Amino acid sequence: MKAFNIVIAGVGGQGVLMASKVLAESALASSMDVKQNEVHGMAQRGGSVISFVRIGAKVHSPVVLPGTADILISFEPLEALRYLHYLKPGGKLVYNKACINPSTVAAGLATYPGDVAQRITAACPDARAIDALQVAKEAGNAKAVNMVMVGSVMKGLPIDSEVVEGVVREISRGKGEDVNMAALRGGAATA
Amino acid sequence: MKKIISGNEAIALSFEDSGGVFASGYPGTPSTETLEEVARLGNVYCEWAPNEKVGLESAIGASLAGGRALATMKHVGVNVAADALMTLTYTGVNAGLILMAADDPGMHSSQNEQDSRNYAKFAKIPMLDPADSQEAYDYVRAGFEISERFDTPVMLRTTTRISHAKGVVEQKGKVAAKVGELAKDVPKYVMLPNFGKIKHVAVEERLLKLQAFAEESPLNRVEMNDPELGIITSGISYQHAKEAFPQASFLKLGLVHPLPEQKIRDFASKVGRLMVVEEMDAIFEEQIRAMGIRVDIGKDRISLCGEVCADIVREAAGAPATSAKTTPAGDLPLRPPTFCPGCAHRGLYSILSKLKVFVSGDIGCYTLGALPPLSAMHTCICMGASISAAHGIAKVNEIAGRTEKPVAVIGDSTFFHSGITGLLSMSYNAGNALVIIMDNRTTGMTGGQENPGSGRHIQGNPAKEVDMVSLVKVLGIENVFEINSYDLKETEAAIRRGLETPGPYVLVDKNPCVLRYRVKKPLVQVSAEKCTGCRACLKASCVALGLKGSGEKPKVSIDPNICNGCGVCSQHCKFDAMTVASGGSHESI
Ligand code: SF4
Ligand code: SF4
Repeated sequence: MKAFNIVIAGVGGQGVLMASKVLAESALASSMDVKQNEVHGMAQRGGSVISFVRIGAKVHSPVVLPGTADILISFEPLEALRYLHYLKPGGKLVYNKACINPSTVAAGLATYPGDVAQRITAACPDARAIDALQVAKEAGNAKAVNMVMVGSVMKGLPIDSEVVEGVVREISRGKGEDVNMAALRGGAATA
Repeated sequence: MKKIISGNEAIALSFEDSGGVFASGYPGTPSTETLEEVARLGNVYCEWAPNEKVGLESAIGASLAGGRALATMKHVGVNVAADALMTLTYTGVNAGLILMAADDPGMHSSQNEQDSRNYAKFAKIPMLDPADSQEAYDYVRAGFEISERFDTPVMLRTTTRISHAKGVVEQKGKVAAKVGELAKDVPKYVMLPNFGKIKHVAVEERLLKLQAFAEESPLNRVEMNDPELGIITSGISYQHAKEAFPQASFLKLGLVHPLPEQKIRDFASKVGRLMVVEEMDAIFEEQIRAMGIRVDIGKDRISLCGEVCADIVREAAGAPATSAKTTPAGDLPLRPPTFCPGCAHRGLYSILSKLKVFVSGDIGCYTLGALPPLSAMHTCICMGASISAAHGIAKVNEIAGRTEKPVAVIGDSTFFHSGITGLLSMSYNAGNALVIIMDNRTTGMTGGQENPGSGRHIQGNPAKEVDMVSLVKVLGIENVFEINSYDLKETEAAIRRGLETPGPYVLVDKNPCVLRYRVKKPLVQVSAEKCTGCRACLKASCVALGLKGSGEKPKVSIDPNICNGCGVCSQHCKFDAMTVASGGSHESI
């Protein structure tokens, strides 16, 4: 089996790393080999963040190469467009509709492009946009966007959804378990 | 039980499982989580040192006292610790000692790309280079055994994609921590010239023994497959090469210094084309060529700069890259890292930017002040260099008859690391710079680690808290004042005073890091009627700000999910369009 490649993109502070952890742990719980990789440090301060999860019988490199991702999950539209070239032809894209201004836009040095959604659709016609912020708020916490995003791709993974649910329950035990589970299921319902 | 952990976490776990007794280090990406994980696991004593040299020296003491010891740092930290390292290679160890050095090929979060394998050659000591989390775990155990068997410090090198990549790890049996006798052996541990001369001979002999060990050790293994292409590699490069050519033959090096010459010869004689895959410097390749062995593919095809990936390996060997060649979308606004909403550094830099002074910067969150729109930092070299460089600038300005006084900006952790000595020199040598210490009571950039000013140890328990102002006074600086950089007027006045007063002048901003201390104040609001769209507030460079509506002059809006209520933007507004709710505080909680 060739490795199944997942790329998760977003903005520092959105919980990209926690989402990656859920997917990686779910793979291990399904007795698969897994490697997960992201870049820390500077990237944390509101910068653009990208994380890789590779799942398979045996995984070597922790890095997903451009043009080879089976799924791209983006927590923000502009970041979806930025990392769209990681997707392989026919790969799946799900992104959160809620925009966050980059510092360059907030400082008036650049403008947030008005045609992000159109450009995404042009490149990837069956891309799915979801209102993860709204779903997370309904689940009880705007910060649960990451769990909504995981839920939204759950059905397309080579992992059983029950395993993912079990991992989320385990990881968030005592720390917003109900909210996270509601967010995960809310995300799954968008599919 | 199997678990998914990063290379850093694996090193920490193995340190504990391998009978480790003492660990020290200084935070630096990508090494930081190693020591944090030792602290979190909670079974072995560990501490943050003010800098890497102190960390290594303390680990040497621990080893002398009979405890297995670990010192952690990033690649540039080894430069700081190098002084101690070069003599440690002569003295050798009592209990096992590992120096973990985390390299950052691709410079994800560093000021340079430097290959620590050079240090192992330079110091004539063994180095291990793990290729995944499991090996990171296994090599700590092996490292202690080598260290004790050959009486040598061992360097454990990682790179960003080992330190931060997570993989599956299975724990091996625990070695009970035991503390041996404190070593008293003057000729071995007192490096007077006469003893040092004897030890140099011992170092060279040790290297020969290690070479023989490298030949037989399973740390260096051959994977014979299709002999047409043979690849010599190590660490993360092994994974990229394996990804590119799963069917090729490999000599996978785990002990990367000294090299197993005979093993390399045998391998080279059995393969059609010999390829050497290594990130950054041509360390293996140069040594292999010096053995008189032909290398068919090496650094002529793989760059000395940046990271290696499977596609680079494929293309270097003349194979096509991954099928789908894709290009990133162009012309997108960049999303560089920036100060957190509410960070105290923002106010300070907007004033420095307005005053157009020369700012000598340092390593930390505040380095981000160099980026537009603040663009208020003009040099940044290494930890602690801000103050000493400003001193040099001031002296030359004086010689050249220029009157402007340079400003040095440094954080508390960096000041404790190696800023103190620079300020001491400025005081002693009658320098003339304004030094601003951004004392946010943490090591911000690496994620908020404790330091001698934060009042806590790495375990989170209370510690002695150094008072910055008193410390500066003790160094002989008479003009030292506290400022509050959330108050732009007051801060500007203080900076102007500092620039006008001759001689060293220190301002200490004591606002805590809002991320580390979770500071939150009520939101700032914009009145759409009063806002003229002049954009003056955007100078605050805060991601909570945005322009709303179209037309010539869109008005400013504040994203309530992001605003931290610091009110710096409102002080830029001449039209009173921004309301700062009262209440809340920036005190630490
Ligand atoms: S981590 Fe702290 S010091 Fe660094 S930018 Fe954020 S608030 Fe400022
Ligand atoms: S400074 Fe005041 S008036 Fe100018 S854009 Fe900002 S809020 Fe509007």
